[in-house]
Amino acid sequence: MGGPLALLLVCFLVYPVGQLLLLSVQNDSGFTLAQYRQLFASSVYVDVLLITLKISLVTTLVCVVTGYPIAYLISIVGKDRKARLLFFVLLSFWTSFLVRAFAWVVLLGRNGVINKLLFSLGIVSTPASLLYNFGSVLVGMVNALLPLAVLTMLSVMENIDRNLPRAAATLGAGPGMAFWKIYFPLSLPGVAAAGIMVFVTAIGFFIVPALLGGRRETMITQLIIDQIQQTMNWGFAGAISVLLLLVVLVVFAAYDRLLGLSTMTGAATARKAVPSRLSGPIQKAGDTVLTLLGSLFDGIIDLLPSRKRDRNPDQPGLGLQVFVWAMLLVISLPTLLMIPLSFGSGGLNWPPQGFTLHWYETVLASPVWTQALLRSLMVGIGTGLLAMLVGTPAAFLLVRSEIPGKAAWLAFILSPIVVPRMIIAVGLFYVFARIGLVGSAFGLILGHTVVAVPYVVMTMMAVLRNYDTRLDLAAQSLGARPFATLRHITFPILGAGMMSSFLFAFATSFDELTIALFATGGLNATLPKQFWDEVTLQVSPVIAAVSTCLFVFMGLLIFVAEHLRRRAAAR
Amino acid sequence: MVPSSLRISKLSKRFGDFVALAPTSLDVGKGEFLTLLGPSGSGKTTLLSLIAGLARPDEGRILIDDADVTHSPAYERDIGVVFQNYALFPHMSVEDNIAFPLKMRKMSDAEARKRTMEALETVRLPHVAKRYPRELSGGQQQRIALARCIVYRPAIILMDEPLGALDKKLRDQMQLEIKRIHRELRTTIVYVTHDQEEAMTMSDRICLMNSGTIEQLGTPEDLYFRPRSVFVADFLGESNLLSATVRDVDADGLDIVLTHQQAGSRAVGNGARFAAGEPIKVMVRPQNLHVESATTGAGGLTGRLVDVMISGSLTRLYIAPETAGLPQLVAAYPTRSSLVPHEIGQLVSVGWNPSDAVAIGDSGGH
Repeated sequence: MGGPLALLLVCFLVYPVGQLLLLSVQNDSGFTLAQYRQLFASSVYVDVLLITLKISLVTTLVCVVTGYPIAYLISIVGKDRKARLLFFVLLSFWTSFLVRAFAWVVLLGRNGVINKLLFSLGIVSTPASLLYNFGSVLVGMVNALLPLAVLTMLSVMENIDRNLPRAAATLGAGPGMAFWKIYFPLSLPGVAAAGIMVFVTAIGFFIVPALLGGRRETMITQLIIDQIQQTMNWGFAGAISVLLLLVVLVVFAAYDRLLGLSTMTGAATARKAVPSRLSGPIQKAGDTVLTLLGSLFDGIIDLLPSRKRDRNPDQPGLGLQVFVWAMLLVISLPTLLMIPLSFGSGGLNWPPQGFTLHWYETVLASPVWTQALLRSLMVGIGTGLLAMLVGTPAAFLLVRSEIPGKAAWLAFILSPIVVPRMIIAVGLFYVFARIGLVGSAFGLILGHTVVAVPYVVMTMMAVLRNYDTRLDLAAQSLGARPFATLRHITFPILGAGMMSSFLFAFATSFDELTIALFATGGLNATLPKQFWDEVTLQVSPVIAAVSTCLFVFMGLLIFVAEHLRRRAAAR
Repeated sequence: MVPSSLRISKLSKRFGDFVALAPTSLDVGKGEFLTLLGPSGSGKTTLLSLIAGLARPDEGRILIDDADVTHSPAYERDIGVVFQNYALFPHMSVEDNIAFPLKMRKMSDAEARKRTMEALETVRLPHVAKRYPRELSGGQQQRIALARCIVYRPAIILMDEPLGALDKKLRDQMQLEIKRIHRELRTTIVYVTHDQEEAMTMSDRICLMNSGTIEQLGTPEDLYFRPRSVFVADFLGESNLLSATVRDVDADGLDIVLTHQQAGSRAVGNGARFAAGEPIKVMVRPQNLHVESATTGAGGLTGRLVDVMISGSLTRLYIAPETAGLPQLVAAYPTRSSLVPHEIGQLVSVGWNPSDAVAIGDSGGH
């Protein structure tokens, strides 16, 4: 049952990436290290690598530190407020990286909202240049990756028993101690998982640094793009890819040694992971720090007037709520501000002037945009179907049967998430070029399926784990034959879960730029590719109109997916 | 003899090296309520799954109404299963759940609707037809699961710890309910539980299982009053077990020597054969122990009162015998408001009627 998936991954992940890596050590006459000599000949490339690491590290740090309170609040509030908070995180998560980065370009521009605000407050007298520096890249990166950090941490926090901090309180721990000594250590696996997910995603980013950064914020994947698009230098692109891959692998190896990779896939092992793997002295030091933090917080709480102290410990503090809503506002507002701008007739300057549908008309009248939309829809649906077709049987296999080396299989299936997207994209471009799949929708569907299928397998595995197989047995005992059991019981119950994992695959494809960057162009471009081509040429209100459309489309999609998920969960 | 509804012969099942069920034979009569009782891992659930067709046996045969169904899939056997967690289909309303087996049997809609309503009447829940399983309480879900079984009148209804998830009050109530439905429909029921009280209350016969074999099969009275082994005596209710040796066997019972006092006594048999000189255990149920205040030096069996516990209608006295090597004894009598004050530490003498002492073969346990 896992056969088709294995075949897909071998042909369109292992082989292309392997080819690319081989190219880096080959020339016409055979083995060579010339590419690597060139890579380290000048400090240019090493500097780019260092910048990449610096941006990624700072991004990770900011995402985890600011994401933690958000995830914490979401995990402790009641059902309704949780849905509200989660909606904003999801909305941001699903909004295209392109749309969000573009929104910041507009926001931080010379005539953007921020400058106007600073001006009207009298802080600046001439527009400050807020764009194309480390700060703007960082803002863009954090906006892009904060939702991922929050969702990853949330998955662990939701499994922490709320009674544990309460138990600590009955045992004499103050709120500070209860949090730092009990809750925080239990949430650490989530923090670590969020950290590594954000870091490896950040390291492969090019959209944000390209749109929001200057020359000094060039990241390593941009170098790969340059090598391919400008000079077609496969060998050198391969060498840079090896470097990027090495960094990612080192990070994962370090993570595995410290915490164990298993903590990433299941929150169930979260409890064991931290104490067993961290060696004695580190653990002791950590424990001391946490005790200190706990007593420090309790000390501060003791200083507060007693009325404040007596509040229900399960009620989140006002400070926490304000912070979380402020952060959610920061990550959602830029894209929301695109909406009024897209109807304004005065370009992208703030405040929007007049009202016009001109930009929307331009989009609809342009065959490039409509073609791109159709193509994206087609590729997205194709990807969704193909990913379900190969991913669902594999998920069945992994959940329902005892096969040897399950962990290795899972690691293999999830590898498209780990390997930087850019490496997959360049490898696929090379292979597609040789077999004539460049520019074809079919090739793009294959590529997108490779990157979407891990999500399908993961969601389907979760869905299947929740499925009570005794229902199948019950149906059989009541006289239903196997096919009738599938038709009346299994599929109807799994339906919502299958639909939402299809939507996940669809959305992944619909928003995919990296593979589409090379594999498509001109009239066969997808929507993100068209968006990218436009936005790198000029910042125009047409883009704001497209952004708004994409935003609304994605909002609808989450709404549907979330509705389906909840219907599935209600059972 | 009632014709048998279910006949099992030499049925066995292994999982790797683990013998889940040693070759086992069993006959269940038409309309009988048979309980498979035993601790977890005793093979009772394995046996149930084999009967239901949800697992395949390694050896042996299963006959339902004289038809060999050993190799038939579950959906071709004329059985109904009430699962431990009820296994109600969450995406179907109550009436759709109950009509499901009828649909699978291609019954007309009108007939199916009529039968569904009848089944709901039988379990006394006609008003929940349109609801979904998640909107029902545990007890209601339990009754719907039962209705889903009785609606197609299978030859046998199998129930796998159906009351396990309910609280005590509701459990007692549902026991009566299931008994009533059994009485009304006269369906054969094979019921699995690990709760000995539940088994005693509900069953026509109990099949007590241990480590994959049948330990004893008989009426609740058989098992309670004439246990064939120490395991049975221990598993069903409380018991006091004392070591003894058989001196002689006659028509009315046995002459025995109680090991602790080297004095002759009498005991009744449990249906097994005993030989003179054989080491045995003598079982006396707590309610048959007489406890009286004693003074030091009194004859017979004496001990110190260790604890007094009132649990509802019964008061239990725990006694540590003065003779070394004897286990702690327990006596029970109906709780009365004018409780005779028993002081902890007080010396008491313990006795019983020889007709209440049951001899059990001391095979060293299974």
